[in-house]
Amino acid sequence: MSNKVLMKGNEALAEAAILAGCRHFFGYPITPQTELAAYMAKKMPKIGGVYLQAESEVAAINMVLGASSAGVRVMTSSSSPGISLKSEGISYLIGSDLPALIINVQRGGPGLGGIQPGQADYYQATRGIGHGDARLLVFAPSTVQEMVDLVFKAFELGDKYRMPAMILADGMLGQMMEPVELPDAAAATSERKTWATDGHGGKRKKNITNSLYLDPYLLEKTIHERRLRYDELNAGYQMAEEFYTDDADIIVTAYGASARVSRSAVVMAREIGIKAGLLRPISLWPFPASVIQRLSASAKVFLTVEMSMGQMVDDVRLAVNGVKPVDFFGRTGGVIPTPAEILTAIKNLA
Amino acid sequence: MNVTLKALTLVTGHYGSGKTNFALNLACQQAELGKSVTLVDLDIVNPYFRSSDYPDLLSSRGIRLIAPKFAGQTLDAPGLPPDILAAFDKTYGDNDVTIIDVGGDSVGSTALGRFAPRIRAMDSSMLYVVNNNRPEIAAPRNAVAILREIETVSRLSASAIVNNSHLMGGTTPEVIESSVEYAGQVSELTGLPILLHTAPIALAGLIRGVDNLMPVEIYVKKPWE
Repeated sequence: MSNKVLMKGNEALAEAAILAGCRHFFGYPITPQTELAAYMAKKMPKIGGVYLQAESEVAAINMVLGASSAGVRVMTSSSSPGISLKSEGISYLIGSDLPALIINVQRGGPGLGGIQPGQADYYQATRGIGHGDARLLVFAPSTVQEMVDLVFKAFELGDKYRMPAMILADGMLGQMMEPVELPDAAAATSERKTWATDGHGGKRKKNITNSLYLDPYLLEKTIHERRLRYDELNAGYQMAEEFYTDDADIIVTAYGASARVSRSAVVMAREIGIKAGLLRPISLWPFPASVIQRLSASAKVFLTVEMSMGQMVDDVRLAVNGVKPVDFFGRTGGVIPTPAEILTAIKNLA
Repeated sequence: MNVTLKALTLVTGHYGSGKTNFALNLACQQAELGKSVTLVDLDIVNPYFRSSDYPDLLSSRGIRLIAPKFAGQTLDAPGLPPDILAAFDKTYGDNDVTIIDVGGDSVGSTALGRFAPRIRAMDSSMLYVVNNNRPEIAAPRNAVAILREIETVSRLSASAIVNNSHLMGGTTPEVIESSVEYAGQVSELTGLPILLHTAPIALAGLIRGVDNLMPVEIYVKKPWE
């Protein structure tokens, strides 16, 4: 017997964070991520952790900022409209060089949108999460197991590069169940944060975390320093999975739940002799542009599939850089594309 | 195996234990046996993976579906449908069965509480679905604890256990065979009989030494399966 258990995506995200050493959760309930907060509410008090349901998303993200400044592993979770509310605080985290894990179990939008799965927050996560010259690490799992693995990765890289990291999931991934193998808690690495504002005890210089720089030259210098870390991440941490891409004429690019559907469509296409493959970005920022550039030499055409009107397709086009055509197929508003629909879109390009 | 049901059957359990897939199978089996079946989706907590997502299957088997007004409406505020009262008020003939797919955990079972006096007065049974691969009920005593919470809020008592242990796509005959002992422990701790064990149809023939085995179709799937 393996030691696999059956977990919902939302539960697995929560348990993985606990295993990775997170003992501080601040949030506010929203469908379809509420099981995550409910899991934390049950578990945290039992393990000496803190679960706090704040009075709003804005309050929750500022509690995250405070806890992160004190040097602990901390997280929050929400779904699309709640992430919009949190975006101010996320910008402050970035401006203060503070790590934190932010989970977005996306639903339909804009506004209150709906409560079925969506992928229309791609722009928000990779472009517009708060104001300023800001970047956020963004990871897009497509299985419950990968949700677990990426929580570890997000904490690790967030701590290393002193920046917040987001897991961009969706309602389908959050709600569905799959067998999962949980890693050992010892697998989590966490070094002491020398910059933490956890009390100097008269033994060292005081630490300050802050995002306000009234001197424009100092602010520019700070942003440039941050930019160097972004460049390092971009060069070293682009993550993607390739499936049947070696000889593919048609490369489907999709992430998260739509990548699962696309994978089924690629298998169906192969069965009828169409040379299709799947390129699945796992990190959305840094975006895996280099693998797409490589594939644009051999592929004839790209098809991006999303549960949105088309957002990641912009990054695919930037990476392909006009070398090959890039087509798009999407369903939105909470509708999940079917394998048959994607197969039709593939056939139209064959 | 074919199950003989009372007029009203409540399907409860920890969320994610497979209540909905079991309830769908139970409803289809009863319809096949010639019963006049009503399936009530009483899950007002979770808008995903619910009985009311399968109207075509149910209507093709002649099963009446009563579902809450939920997603797709203007408000993200679930409410009980007025026609649910029919499940408790109607005069049941010998051939009528109603199956209620209740939401997960005590949160989901809360919706039952207001109907408890009527349910207690009826020819009814409450089934408790378990799956030992769900971490929160993997220990038999935790499964019992969640059952007690469900019984408290629903103001009803369970009458039997359904062992629905599985690992979704990772289910093997061993996964099911090894869960029988677990189900027995839950049964012993609660004093409740085990009504049946389920197994996916494809595996049912490979399972050894398990009595009361009900082969089930996997209706609750992901969009890419």
